Amino acid sequence: MAEPILTVEHLVKGYGENTVLDDVSFSVRPGEVVVVVGPSGCGKSTLLRCINALEPTQSGRVRLGNETVAYGGKGLTSLRQRIGMVFQSYELFPHLTVLDNVMLAPLKVAKRPKDEVQKEAEALLDRVNLLNKARSYPRELSGGQKQRVAIVRALAMHPEILLFDEVTAALDPEMVREVLDVMLDLAKQGRTMIIVTHEMQFARAIADRVIFLDGGKIVEESTPEAFFDHPKTERAQKFLRTFTFDSVK
Amino acid sequence: MPDLGLNVLLKGKNMARLLGGLWVALRISLLSVAISIPLGILLGVLMSGKNPVVKAILRVYLEIIRIMPQMVLLFLVFFGTTRAWGWDLSGETASVVVFVLWGTAEMSDLVRGALISIPKHQYESSEALGLTKAQTYWYIIIPQTVRRLIPLSINLITRMIKTTSLVLMIGVVEVLKVAQQIIEANRMASPNAAFGIYLVVFLLYFLTCWPISLLASYLEKKWR
Repeated sequence: MAEPILTVEHLVKGYGENTVLDDVSFSVRPGEVVVVVGPSGCGKSTLLRCINALEPTQSGRVRLGNETVAYGGKGLTSLRQRIGMVFQSYELFPHLTVLDNVMLAPLKVAKRPKDEVQKEAEALLDRVNLLNKARSYPRELSGGQKQRVAIVRALAMHPEILLFDEVTAALDPEMVREVLDVMLDLAKQGRTMIIVTHEMQFARAIADRVIFLDGGKIVEESTPEAFFDHPKTERAQKFLRTFTFDSVK
Repeated sequence: MPDLGLNVLLKGKNMARLLGGLWVALRISLLSVAISIPLGILLGVLMSGKNPVVKAILRVYLEIIRIMPQMVLLFLVFFGTTRAWGWDLSGETASVVVFVLWGTAEMSDLVRGALISIPKHQYESSEALGLTKAQTYWYIIIPQTVRRLIPLSINLITRMIKTTSLVLMIGVVEVLKVAQQIIEANRMASPNAAFGIYLVVFLLYFLTCWPISLLASYLEKKWR
């Protein structure tokens, strides 16, 4: 089995008295899609933010290949280039066109030649059917379009792993699908991804492995079939029941 | 058509004198703007920083300047400094000092407002792409701040131009004072000149401030 790309080791994170992540450990192998689910406030988003060192942690560490990703640590900017992140609220840069949003980091951070970057950016935008919006500004796009641009922006840096933080949570229902389809396409291409989501059907379809997080701890970790059909723990069963309405009838 | 006494304008160098007065007003405001904007940016950045002592001091400064009518500030600087320290400031210098104090305070608050209105996530998504802190400011934060700031600071400039009409109170002969002098001098010959001359003063202020306002609303729309 291949060496893991990313390893999270005994991560502990809290705000004052409140523990958000309590000794979380797992690893992700190349090409694997790991979906993290759990009730709100269970620490899913914080977990992703700690992986990208957007937040300090109390103990434990995150390793990308052989290097440690640490908050305020040395070489953090070059490590972050290898981790792509997509946020719930898109966070496109409103003063730049779609194309410039995508090209900014490859040009200024990776310092790649402009012709090559532009060609690639356009190809990526075409792949998500947004080439015709390349010269538009983010405010002219729908939520689903913005989120697809945000995904392309992350991809343009050729990250080794992609983090998706509830990327469909802010979208209208009819736009959720177009974003999920892009992510399914990425999974098919063999991208390594960690996805935090509330879309259980989607989680089941895309995941190689599901991690169920509750109270800052990994409560269950298994294949999607095992997790969704035969959850082992009481807490996971209770969580999954909140998505069905059979018991109401 | 009632007699507006506009013929007074054509007497002697009256029109040229009015324009000269306008130039005095503009000189005071432009010089003050040129000094206040960089100072305001600096203080605004400090105000949105982390040091609580610096923030508190700047807050007190801002509030004092805002609460005091500009007229009181003018009297304080022009007469007060003479009494207290024996300084002999010219009216124009005192005006520039007051307008710089005031403009800097207002500008710093605009800068602070613009900076804190940039969502935290903009910094994060930029850093998540691998941009350094400096690159994040240069490519993401500053361009957005400037876009929010330019229409607001242009409005501040027009407010400063209009407020120069107060400096006649400390003996600066600007456009309004010239107008008064012209009206006084022609009181007997053209008693109606007050209408005509003040109308011209109104037009002069309008022609100065209107294009600036138009520019502000144009930029506001463009960078919405």
